[in-house]
Amino acid sequence: MSAVTTTVPVVAPEVSTQVRRRRRLSPGRRLPAARLVGPVLLLAVWSAASAAGRLDPAAIPAPWTVVRTGAHLWTAGTLPTDILTSLERAGYGFAIGLVAGVALALAAGLSRVGEALIDGTVNLNRAIPTLGLIPLFILWLGIGESFKVAIIAIVVYIPIYLNTHAALAGIDHRFVELAEVQGLSRFAFVRQIVIPGALPGFFVGLRLGVTGSWLGLVVLEQINATSGLGYMMFQAQNYGQSDVILVGLVVYGVFGLVSDSAVRLIERRVLSWRRTLSS
Amino acid sequence: MAPHTEQLTRPAVRLRGLTRSFDGRTVLDGIDLDIPAGQFVALLGHSGSGKSTLLRAVAGLDHEVVGSGQLTAPERVSVVFQDSRLLPWRRVLDNVLLGTDGQERGREALAEVGLAGRERAWPSELSGGEQQRAALARSLVREPELLLADEPFGALDALTRIKMHALLRELWKRHQPSVLLVTHDVDEAIVLADRVLVLESGRIGLDLTIERDRPREEYRVRLLAALGVSVGSG
Repeated sequence: MSAVTTTVPVVAPEVSTQVRRRRRLSPGRRLPAARLVGPVLLLAVWSAASAAGRLDPAAIPAPWTVVRTGAHLWTAGTLPTDILTSLERAGYGFAIGLVAGVALALAAGLSRVGEALIDGTVNLNRAIPTLGLIPLFILWLGIGESFKVAIIAIVVYIPIYLNTHAALAGIDHRFVELAEVQGLSRFAFVRQIVIPGALPGFFVGLRLGVTGSWLGLVVLEQINATSGLGYMMFQAQNYGQSDVILVGLVVYGVFGLVSDSAVRLIERRVLSWRRTLSS
Repeated sequence: MAPHTEQLTRPAVRLRGLTRSFDGRTVLDGIDLDIPAGQFVALLGHSGSGKSTLLRAVAGLDHEVVGSGQLTAPERVSVVFQDSRLLPWRRVLDNVLLGTDGQERGREALAEVGLAGRERAWPSELSGGEQQRAALARSLVREPELLLADEPFGALDALTRIKMHALLRELWKRHQPSVLLVTHDVDEAIVLADRVLVLESGRIGLDLTIERDRPREEYRVRLLAALGVSVGSG
C-alpha cells in the first residue's frame, strides 16, 4: 500500500505535465485461492502446535489423531451408520420443510385470502424459537424419529417461506401489467412470470434452509438420540474422547459445505440469466 | 366493453364521454374521440394532463380507477411501454412470444426490427435501443389492430430515437394498425403522426391533422402555443 507516484509520459509537443496517480482506496486485486488461505493457516498452526507438544492432547488432539480416529470409526466403528441416520433425518425434515415452505408461500403470495390466513400465522411461528418446541413435540410425537423430523422441517420451512413470499410480493408490478396486456391466463402468468421472478428469493431461502437443517440436527441429536452423529459425539464427551468429537464436527462441517455448494451450483444453473448481470 | 359491430366507417377506437378521476380529481373530463382504422395519432400534453390515463383506459389497464363513459377498442391491442419491459429471465425470442406461440413469426418480427440473430440473447445483453426494438417486435407479433405506445422512446438517447422514429413509421406503413402514441415531444409527434391531439386539463384542446407537404415549423408553433409555450419572441 505504498503511495505509488508514477510519471506518465504525456504525448504533448510543448508541455509535458507529470500526472501523479491518486492513492488507491479500494482493497485492490483479490489474492489467489483467497477463501482457502485462512483455514489452511489455521490447520498449519494447529499442526505445528501439536507437533511441538504445546497443546494438551486430551483437550485438542493433533490433526493426524483426528484423521486416524475418523478412519478407525469408519472401518471398525459405527460412523457409517451414524452418518446414514443423520442424513436420513436431515433429508426427510428438509424435504417436508421445502414442500411446506414453497406451498405456503405460493398460497400466501397469490391470493389475498391465503395471505390473510397464512402470513401472520407463519410469522407467529417464526417468533417462537423452534428449539423451544422440542419438549412439546416429544410429548406429542414420542421420543422416536418423527419429532426430530418435525422440528427440522419447521427450521427449514420458515426461511424458505419468508424469502419466497417476499420475492413473490416484490415481483415488479410492471410485469403484472405486461402479463395483462399480453393476455396471459392465470396459469401462464404464474408459470412464466411469478415463479421465475420469485426464484432468486427462493434460492436465498433454500440456502438458509439447508444450513438450518444441519443446525437443527446437531441440537436434536445431542438431546434425545440413540444413534446418529450427535449421539456419537455425546457419548464421546462422556468418555473424554475429544478426537471423536472433532471427527463429528468435521463431518457436520463437510455436510454443511457440500450441501451449500450443491444449492449454489443449482442456483447458478437455474438463474443463468442473472450471470450476465453480475459479470 | 364488447367490440361493437357497426359496419359503416367503423372507427378503430371510439370514446364517448370518457371520464376518469383519481381521489375526486377529474383527470379525463368527458372525452369524445374517434380514431379511424389505420390512423397514426399522437397525443401531446403536459405531465399530469391525463394522456397516460387515456392510454391506460383504452388499453383496459385502469382496474381501480373511478370513471364513466363509453369506450370501444379492437380485439387485438398491443402496448409498448416507456421501458421495454422485457422479462430478464427469458431470452429475447421467448420475450417476443410471451402470450403467443409460433417461433417462425417471432423470428420474422425480430428480423423486421433489425434484431435477426439475437433470438437467443438475454435482454440484459441488449442495448437500450435494442431492448425497445425487441419490445416493438413483441407488440408486432400479435398483429395488432391498435398499437398503444406510452412514450416509447422517452428513455432513449437522441440518435437512437431518430432511428426508432424511422423504424416505427416504416412498421406502421407495412402493418397498418391504428396507432395512439403518447408523447411530450412535439417534434416527435409531428414527425410520426397524421393527427396530433393536445390534451389539456382533461379535454382535447387541439385536434390537428398533419399534412406531410406543409412545413413542420407551422405545426410546431401551433402545438407549442396550445401547450402554453411561446416561441419566436426570444
